[in-house]
Amino acid sequence: MTIAPNSPPAHFPHRHLLGIDQLSPADIANLLDLADGFVDINRQVEKKLTTLRGRTQINLFFEASTRTQSSFELAGKRLGADVMNMSVGSSSVKKGETLLDTAVTLHAMHPDLIVVRHLSAGAVELLAKKVGCSVVNAGDGAHEHPTQALLDALTIRRHKGKLQGLTVAICGDVLHSRVARSNIGLLNAVGARVRVIAPSTLLPAAVDRLGVEVFRDIRTGIKDADVVMMLRLQRERMQGALVPSVREYFRFFGLDAEKLALARPDALVMHPGPMNRGVEIDSDVADGPQSVIREQVEMGVAVRMAVLDALARNLPNA
Amino acid sequence: MAGTTPFWGTPERFEREQVAPIGFHNVRLVDPATGRDETGGLLIERGRIADVGPNVTADVFPKGTEVMDGRGKVLAPGLIDMRVFTGEPGFEHRETIASASRAAAAGGVTTMICMPDTDPVIDDVALVDYVQRLARGTAIVRVRPMAALTRDLAGTEMTEIGLLSAAGAVAFTNGRRPITNAQAMRRALTYARDFDALVVHHPEDPDLVGEGVMHEGETATRLGLPGIPAEAETVMLSRDLKLVGLAGGRYHAAQLSAAASLKTLRRAKEKHLPVTAGVSINNLTLNENDIGAYRTFVKLSPPLRSEEDRRGLVEALADGLIDVIVSSHDPQDVETKRHPFAEAENGAIGLETLLAAALRLYHSGDVPLIRLIDAMSTRPAALLGLEGGSLEAGRPADVVYFDPDMPWIVDADELSSRSKNTPFENARMQGRVLRTIVAGRTVYDYGSD
Repeated sequence: MTIAPNSPPAHFPHRHLLGIDQLSPADIANLLDLADGFVDINRQVEKKLTTLRGRTQINLFFEASTRTQSSFELAGKRLGADVMNMSVGSSSVKKGETLLDTAVTLHAMHPDLIVVRHLSAGAVELLAKKVGCSVVNAGDGAHEHPTQALLDALTIRRHKGKLQGLTVAICGDVLHSRVARSNIGLLNAVGARVRVIAPSTLLPAAVDRLGVEVFRDIRTGIKDADVVMMLRLQRERMQGALVPSVREYFRFFGLDAEKLALARPDALVMHPGPMNRGVEIDSDVADGPQSVIREQVEMGVAVRMAVLDALARNLPNA
Repeated sequence: MAGTTPFWGTPERFEREQVAPIGFHNVRLVDPATGRDETGGLLIERGRIADVGPNVTADVFPKGTEVMDGRGKVLAPGLIDMRVFTGEPGFEHRETIASASRAAAAGGVTTMICMPDTDPVIDDVALVDYVQRLARGTAIVRVRPMAALTRDLAGTEMTEIGLLSAAGAVAFTNGRRPITNAQAMRRALTYARDFDALVVHHPEDPDLVGEGVMHEGETATRLGLPGIPAEAETVMLSRDLKLVGLAGGRYHAAQLSAAASLKTLRRAKEKHLPVTAGVSINNLTLNENDIGAYRTFVKLSPPLRSEEDRRGLVEALADGLIDVIVSSHDPQDVETKRHPFAEAENGAIGLETLLAAALRLYHSGDVPLIRLIDAMSTRPAALLGLEGGSLEAGRPADVVYFDPDMPWIVDADELSSRSKNTPFENARMQGRVLRTIVAGRTVYDYGSD
């Protein structure tokens, strides 16, 4: 079902979007419906709306991310908000300014929406307690990245027509991945079956308690999957500390055409980006007919528009 | 009187001072040193316990005695807290010895043992002297320093254990920093043995801790925080206990957190190795779930672990396998605590809430009151060779008088510590210190506070 933008708002009973774990299945469905409408608008020549006219959105990124930041920037601008980007590197932390000092400073500027990425789990929640506006988590440490899980769900739903009952295999560095945690939470909430595939050194403790089936062998883990989600492996984790080498990782856990053939023939290949071609994914697969990786980027803008819109409807004077 | 008194006195001076005798009657006397747990009376004169027992009543108190009717209340030897971090010298904005001593008095702690993790590190005779001099001038409870076991706490060269002992250091420790070099540990234990010095160690392998910030398990995974496995503790504890077998020195594990450590400890004790162990009040009364939404005030080292671990520690405390309870009082300020969880410092204050929190285990029926007092007073006194820890006649009049049932709610703003990082903020407590007496002089009085 598609709801046209600016139609009577679906009730979104949250001041912030800090994680998937705060959302009900109905919240998720409402956001995806809203996002569906924005996909169509984003494909028009005239993309500019006035939903957030007069609102100020600050993108506060303590960790560099070109993609997520530009996606949020575009989403805000298309909804008519004034968007300001603040990249707070580690330098200001070294200068002694704490996260909370930054929060107080920003609060004084009267923003309506703050989008935050931080390298520490829980940092966005901490900041949200200290500001008067709505806060969107754009990734906090290895904790959550809710808009990524929502855009992944939107991509899957548009291809498969549903989420419930699908088998989704998440493969790679689950240990450090907020994308994996948010996706596991969302997919469980909507009734999909989730598998994780990784070497044991890249799996967090008690991962099976999160509602996933655990595989250490990609060939069995990928079998008959409807969706294969690959995770990015950080360079610094490839050289002996957690996996011995890039070539060994690619051999056993990298997705290539041969391994993908074990999944369902219509299986989707996904990756949150940026990709390490030849490490976790082979170029043939990344650019192949089953890949929806570029579409994920498109859905990202629509989902972020939906999130900003839904939160803004709860702002004072909305 | 307490709280407003200028801190000019020393316990030694109190003993010489003319203070009116204080007499308690109809009070529940709990004295682990003699096994006494009965109703009776106790008289304090000239800084010492003059008389004690079931037959001591108000009739025998001399003229001018301040008489306390202790119906429903408990009188016990003052608590001896073996693990207190102050900020002095070096971090006075977090806590001074004076402010820590006020917190101690309010918590029924009559002797606090200060850790050498200061700036500079207490690794030299002159610094042991300095801390004691500072304490004599400013503290209202007794203060004894533990000295560094290795120079600058670097974990390599041992300190002057003999000279430091002679100067007043009651034990030797590397504070928060474990000694990873097994050879250095072996030598320190071997040398300490010749002086009968107690080596107090925090067994936690820093490599296994790695980037970990909380107990490894489902909760950490859900929060996206790196975990610390129980093995970080058990591996180093096993090493230490084997080294004690080799070297023979007296060894005390400062604070255990994992139930898996208890088997190792029990085996060592059964072999009659000179080993003892402590546990932080936090690990006895809280667990990993108290972290909730990234509460940094419960970010601790060792970390809060699972409920099964907590239950195991409580049982081990009850049966005496774990000897001592400590507050692990570690003042941290906004600058070090108001951060995202992984970036915040470890540590929580605890002097003022130690007894009340411990009474949770008494009210729950898990640990008898006399064992709790034993673990917080009598055993520490024995381990450190201190005169306190007992209500016997002739002993120093260091006592705590408390109502084991009085309900109250912890309000961080009312605590005496300079830092307010209590893990028990807004917690409901049952049991409150009414009066703390050091060397016969009242240093805390709830009624007049």
